[in-house]
Amino acid sequence: MGILEIKGVNKRFGGLKALDDVNLSIAENTTHAIIGPNGAGKSTLLNVLVGKLIPDSGSVTFDGQSILGRQPHEINQMGISRVFQTPEIFGDLSVFENVMIPCFAKRDGAFRMHAYESIFAEKAIQQQAEEILADVNMLEKRHMIASSLSRGDKRRLEMAMCLVQNPRLLLLDEPTAGMARADTQNTIALLKEIREKRSITMAIIEHDMNVVFSLAERITVLAQGTPLVEDTPDNIKGHPKVREAYLGEAQV
Amino acid sequence: MFGLESKDGKLLLLVAALALLAPVILNPFPEGSAMSQFNAGYPDLMQRFVIFGILAIGFNILFGLTGYLSFGHAAFLGVGSYAAIWSMKLVTMNIIPSIIFAVIVAGVFSLVVGYISLRRSGIYFSILTLAFAQMSYSLAYSVLTPITGGETGLQIKSTDTPLLDKALEAGEIGRANLFGYGMGSSYQLELAGWQFTFNLGYYVAAVVMLISFYFAIRIFRSPFGMMLRAVKSNQQRMNYAGLSPKPYTLAAFVISGMYAGLAGGLLVAMDTQVGPERMFWTASGEIVIMVILGGAGTLLGPVLGAGFIKYFENIISKINESILQGWFAFLPDGLQDFMVAVVYPFIGKGWHLTLGIMFMLVVIFLPGGLIQGGQKIGSWLRRKKNVVAKDSTTKPAE
Ligand SMILES: Nc1ncnc2c1ncn2[C@@H]1O[C@H](COP(=O)(O)OP(=O)(O)O)[C@@H](O)[C@H]1O
Ligand SMILES: [Mg+2]
Repeated sequence: MGILEIKGVNKRFGGLKALDDVNLSIAENTTHAIIGPNGAGKSTLLNVLVGKLIPDSGSVTFDGQSILGRQPHEINQMGISRVFQTPEIFGDLSVFENVMIPCFAKRDGAFRMHAYESIFAEKAIQQQAEEILADVNMLEKRHMIASSLSRGDKRRLEMAMCLVQNPRLLLLDEPTAGMARADTQNTIALLKEIREKRSITMAIIEHDMNVVFSLAERITVLAQGTPLVEDTPDNIKGHPKVREAYLGEAQV
Repeated sequence: MFGLESKDGKLLLLVAALALLAPVILNPFPEGSAMSQFNAGYPDLMQRFVIFGILAIGFNILFGLTGYLSFGHAAFLGVGSYAAIWSMKLVTMNIIPSIIFAVIVAGVFSLVVGYISLRRSGIYFSILTLAFAQMSYSLAYSVLTPITGGETGLQIKSTDTPLLDKALEAGEIGRANLFGYGMGSSYQLELAGWQFTFNLGYYVAAVVMLISFYFAIRIFRSPFGMMLRAVKSNQQRMNYAGLSPKPYTLAAFVISGMYAGLAGGLLVAMDTQVGPERMFWTASGEIVIMVILGGAGTLLGPVLGAGFIKYFENIISKINESILQGWFAFLPDGLQDFMVAVVYPFIGKGWHLTLGIMFMLVVIFLPGGLIQGGQKIGSWLRRKKNVVAKDSTTKPAE
């Protein structure tokens, strides 16, 4: 049984079936890619997983506990972090503060009245934040205001904000979109390194097949809200149904 | 110092020095000179500077950090005042219990108002707080007359019998005190034409303001303060990072409500009376203007804004036509009348016009408030100094 179990999940937007009887199991400590054409329902599925959307029917359990009906911050506190398709960062705050905030959330929970302590005295948090910024190669940008970063840097910052929480399940929604080729390679290397250093389960949505085949251990192909096939990368490459539904269109 | 970074410690020391020397600094002109009407170093006005400074510091914790614009903070000021005067009526005329009581009551009231108002954000939040404040004003004015004294408000009369105090003489009006010392007691210093008044009430209020300012710095530099700025920046991200924005915002709301209650209690401590107009919506608007004028989200800005507005309200509004005539007396008759006619709308009762124009100029040209203006001048001066320094270093080489 996987750490994440999705069973019979449906989600409609008006007449559109964005998720149509989705069954998916993600095994602990694997990297699972979800691919599929635009509008297949990939982001919608992640929205269900982080509590942004409640499915019309079905069940979702993480580590044996249902996550449906829980608030997004409760789901994060269970150990799920997400990198969004369009970066969600604290634009008015410095890069360093952006990373410290999720760090505090991990240590102190959803709310704590730490109004009298000084940030400057939080050496352990600062050290964690510095380490993760060094990992994503952004330490020298720590004093920059986050909104002034390039698109690629914003994504890397958001990834650092998720990784600093040491999540059990990391959800990545097109993490390399908008990145230069060198940055994409760095991101692949970073995710591989993280995976070796600590036990982490990753679900990654990606359009760049290079990224998918470098990282994924399992691949699920989603089309029109339904999983078509699930298999190893090697088998997916040659799968006729997949070529027809997805890869054929991507091979330019 | 006191657990502050050195830069913040210096800021606190600077404010402390200014506050303690205010009776001298604010009276730069000799008594009886033509300029003496610009002196602001008299107790009544100085008390207002620091008390409204406290109000603005607290409001800034909510508005400056979380971005939630409350349009009803005068309600907490008023509730604090009513609570303080009731503590004096029933228990003792000593200001300490009454100020503590004011803070507690305002805190509880702001918890209720905040809990309901924070179900919405943006303009709807502002409207909800405004509605609460106007409701409080109307209730104090009418239905709650037995508690609030209605239109006339409350004072301490000889019929009041505070539990711990001696009874007042018939017809005597009660005055708040600190262990027997009246808030009005002052020491006058005459110095070669200058006159300085050191007033007990002012110093009590100033010390409370410094403590409030210290706590505000602590909050600004704390993880909690950082979370409040996160609320302003991106609540979605907070949620997905495992944080619940609501209790943080509510806590900021209650803290700022307690600051307002503290200011309300101090107003009663200085001048032992209260009326419902203290909660009128224009009073709430004035708080917003103070903070924006000074610089929302900065430490010093709100205090500066409060001082500015109170100065205008009390000094500019007192300049009348005959004073103007005196100023322009050196001009030929026709020109004198002309100048008086031009300036007249901006002074006396027209001080609102001057303030309004200033406010507009600041918002348009200095969105960061007066503090931003100060920073701009500061960096301009530094640049100039650097240029001069460069010149002087290149010269010997020639
Ligand atoms: N909040 C929403 N309201 C209405 N329609 C939505 C919403 N979110 C997604 N959709 C629709 O659901 C379908 C799947 O979208 P999405 O999950 O974003 O696809 P993708 O696989 O490209 O990430 C699309 O047709 C999209 O327009
Ligand atoms: Mg998508």
